[in-house]
Amino acid sequence: MNIQSKPPVAAQKLDAETRIVGHDHVHDSASRHVRGQAVYIDDMPDLPGTLHCAPVLSNVAHGKILNIDFDKARASEGVVDVLLASDIPGKNEVAPIFADEPFLAEGKVEHVGQIVGLVVADTLAHALQAARKVVVDIEELTPCFDEAEAFEAQSRTLPDQHLKRGDAQQAIEAAARRLTGRVKMGGQDHFYLEAHTAHAFPGEAGDMTVWSSTQHPTEVQVHVAMLLGVKSHKVDVKCRRMGGAFGGKESQATIIAGLAALAAHATGQPCRFRMRRDDDMAATGKRHGYTINYDVGFDETGRIHGLKVEALAHSGHVADLTGPVIARTLTHLDNCYHIEHADFLGFAAKTNTVSNTAFRGFGGPQGMVAIEAIIDDIARSLGRDAQDIRAANYYGAETGSETPYGQSVFVGDELAHDNPLRNVIERVTSNARWDEKRTQIEAFNAKRGVLRKGLAMMPVKFGISFNLTTLNQGGALVHVYMDGSVHLNHGGTEMGQGLNTKVAQVVAEVFGIPLGDVQITPSDTGKVPNTSATAASSGSDLNGMAAFNAASEIKARMLDVACEHFDAMPSDIDFRDGQVVCGDRSISFGTLAKYCWMKRISLSAEGFYATPKIHWDGKTMKGRPFFYFTYGAAVAEVVIDTLTGENRCLSVDIVQDCGKSLNPVIDLGQIEGAFVQGMGWLTCEELWWDEKGRLRTVGPSTYKIPGSRDVPPVFNVELLENRPNPEETVYRSKAVGEPPLMLSIAVWLALRDAVSSLSGHRLAAALDAPATPERVLFAVEDMKERAGELI
Amino acid sequence: MDKVAINLTVNGRNRQALVPPRMLLSDFIRHELELPGTHVGCEHGVCGSCNVLVDGKAVRSCLMFAVQTDGARIGTIEGMGADGSLHPIQEAFWEEHGLQCGFCTPGMLVAATELLAEKPDPSEEEIREAISGNLCRCTGYEFIIKAIRSAAQKLREGNGAAQTESA
Ligand code: FES
Ligand code: FES
Repeated sequence: MNIQSKPPVAAQKLDAETRIVGHDHVHDSASRHVRGQAVYIDDMPDLPGTLHCAPVLSNVAHGKILNIDFDKARASEGVVDVLLASDIPGKNEVAPIFADEPFLAEGKVEHVGQIVGLVVADTLAHALQAARKVVVDIEELTPCFDEAEAFEAQSRTLPDQHLKRGDAQQAIEAAARRLTGRVKMGGQDHFYLEAHTAHAFPGEAGDMTVWSSTQHPTEVQVHVAMLLGVKSHKVDVKCRRMGGAFGGKESQATIIAGLAALAAHATGQPCRFRMRRDDDMAATGKRHGYTINYDVGFDETGRIHGLKVEALAHSGHVADLTGPVIARTLTHLDNCYHIEHADFLGFAAKTNTVSNTAFRGFGGPQGMVAIEAIIDDIARSLGRDAQDIRAANYYGAETGSETPYGQSVFVGDELAHDNPLRNVIERVTSNARWDEKRTQIEAFNAKRGVLRKGLAMMPVKFGISFNLTTLNQGGALVHVYMDGSVHLNHGGTEMGQGLNTKVAQVVAEVFGIPLGDVQITPSDTGKVPNTSATAASSGSDLNGMAAFNAASEIKARMLDVACEHFDAMPSDIDFRDGQVVCGDRSISFGTLAKYCWMKRISLSAEGFYATPKIHWDGKTMKGRPFFYFTYGAAVAEVVIDTLTGENRCLSVDIVQDCGKSLNPVIDLGQIEGAFVQGMGWLTCEELWWDEKGRLRTVGPSTYKIPGSRDVPPVFNVELLENRPNPEETVYRSKAVGEPPLMLSIAVWLALRDAVSSLSGHRLAAALDAPATPERVLFAVEDMKERAGELI
Repeated sequence: MDKVAINLTVNGRNRQALVPPRMLLSDFIRHELELPGTHVGCEHGVCGSCNVLVDGKAVRSCLMFAVQTDGARIGTIEGMGADGSLHPIQEAFWEEHGLQCGFCTPGMLVAATELLAEKPDPSEEEIREAISGNLCRCTGYEFIIKAIRSAAQKLREGNGAAQTESA
């Protein structure tokens, strides 16, 4: 046997009829969730001697630390230790990409809520009490809270990024029409229901096991090792599940896990660190707010000739993941539109607020809000419907099909025959009965009542893969036991998105065994090493394919044994329903496993997958960063009260391309949840800092996430049918985690439409995001002033 | 402060405990009774994750002291099914995909239990209203609402009499 011949991912295998993949299956933990038996990290029982941590937070936005007085805290009841930066045995470094991002503040503080120290005590209550007794003496320096101000001052957390094609300046000047403007959008707290938490267990010989609610066990492992001054092999990081994450536990979880490990190391006892909700909201990163300035040249049809954009990202006090977030903003500013002459600048504004970080969509939504606002503004200035402007600019034969970063949008004959972008748009406008709705809304608004309605369509093209090519790798470990049951481990993490279910389906499909025979086990750096974060919607693409490879390798070995047993050719043998079948003879999968063992054939394999075809040059911002694109479109109808600014989304219709979905019902849940989360960002979730830089919305009583009565009462979601991914992804599926979040921009656009209706659609609404009732009211007032007589 | 003796029924079992007067009911349930199925999401009475039934009423256990439950009947998620089988509401959430990360689920189940005890055939409006104090960050509530409708039907069809101890 040629030992080099690992089974290739044969395309025909991915295209084969499937029995388990492609069907609805409930979430693997559902039966335990409904019993309250699904264990989160904070539910794990205490070992004897377990200690609890509480953070000491800065109450100054910017300043020099003169002194930290913790004598009172140390003397406080139950306190075992108080830890500061100087107690870190290794490196005080948590930066996921760059450097100089401390676990614990050292010498200076750069935002209110920055973690300065950690109190370790016998109970959580004692730790919290003592944390309040630590006195941090700070000499205040001038803070900066605004991205535009930081841009003025050229204060940044990382070098600028610039995506250019053609000569935008010249194209704008030569164009028949020109508009300049500015869009502002706020950030967003993840508000995962389970706050950050970690539990660290010191072992023998300097080992450390950390259970962390993290999307990125490898990053936790690497940083805990650095923090403790040991090598990575001393640290094992595990996670069975998170109570939501949404990007908030990609880099931020490392801080909490690292500090728990530091406490365990210092005390030699197991240590828990669970953030209280208000501390979590003050001390951990969020979605980037942006100010986006634009200058656009276009013609009378609305076709864009040139576009210059300055995207100022509210980075917070450190770079964190702002670099790749901006890269995604710049590579999604085109959304579905061909822009021949583009000049997109991304600036990471250094501000004295908590570091902003990954959040579902990862900069993509901000880029799309900007381009859609530009389309809207162009439409109003030409007195045309925004749909016409979109149509004039969609990627296609008449316009062009290469993105400003040089990737071709269409694959195979998509451009000529089966344009996925057109498909979703046509489908959603027909589902929503667009023309009929438009007419009804016009008639409603013509009554000139206090209530006004608005309608909008939002198309989305989203690139799948991490921009940074290196990160696009996945791993898995599969064992078949002698009774035919299967142990599955992979490099991804479960945050509720159903990743474990999907990967288990893939393994069950390959082996032809019932889904229940595949045991899902906690993510563990000791089992699958050097993983990427479960992020960028790529969890099932990467880990599903790695598990497919591992299972296929074992199956190939088992097939050899089956051939011998049946004295048959591989093509005569089928693995299905837990049986290995050859004509009218069969043995159970377990029996075959036993035979393999008796013949000394390994029943274990690690699988690996590296996304093919992709490459990216971060300096020139050119390449093919994305393996493929997903498409979706939404139509939203809203109503506003012009006297109060109150507003509601009345209905939404969505069509989303999931390729050949691995699990349609899980995908529907992702679409619905992402849409509502995006709607929250754009309408009701407002992060509000006071003049001292204190976040005053640190709990759901002041930070309003959508509730059951805030979601549209008419909510129609459809998966685009018969659209296997033209690229060779796992069973031809497409990623789904992030893309539908951007569909919610339809709601924001519809609110702008409703406000604009007051001017007979002559003027664009001056409405930023989030479109809270207050902002809607201001936009209405502004419209009254500018429009003179109201329509 | 001195601890206070309390005597209560939890999931049908009599329990006695000595608790500090300021101990939250949520901490008491999670840490003293070792029933971690009741989750704590916001710690200030808004998210509903910590809902439990106290004498049949859904209450937020993060807003109540353990001592206040002296003499009360408490129902937590762990006590919902009888003899290891699932209560129809649990069954419906499972079958109808009424969850993703599952963190809000126990609180949702408690809210649904209270609703269906009062209104066996609630309208969609009434369901939305009943769970409006329960935040879910993963779903868009659609599957949760569907699950509650399906649970209502199961219960009406006598697929199981209300089995929850306190309902
Ligand atoms: S934890 Fe009690 S309501 Fe949120
Ligand atoms: S399922 Fe995650 S919060 Fe509801």
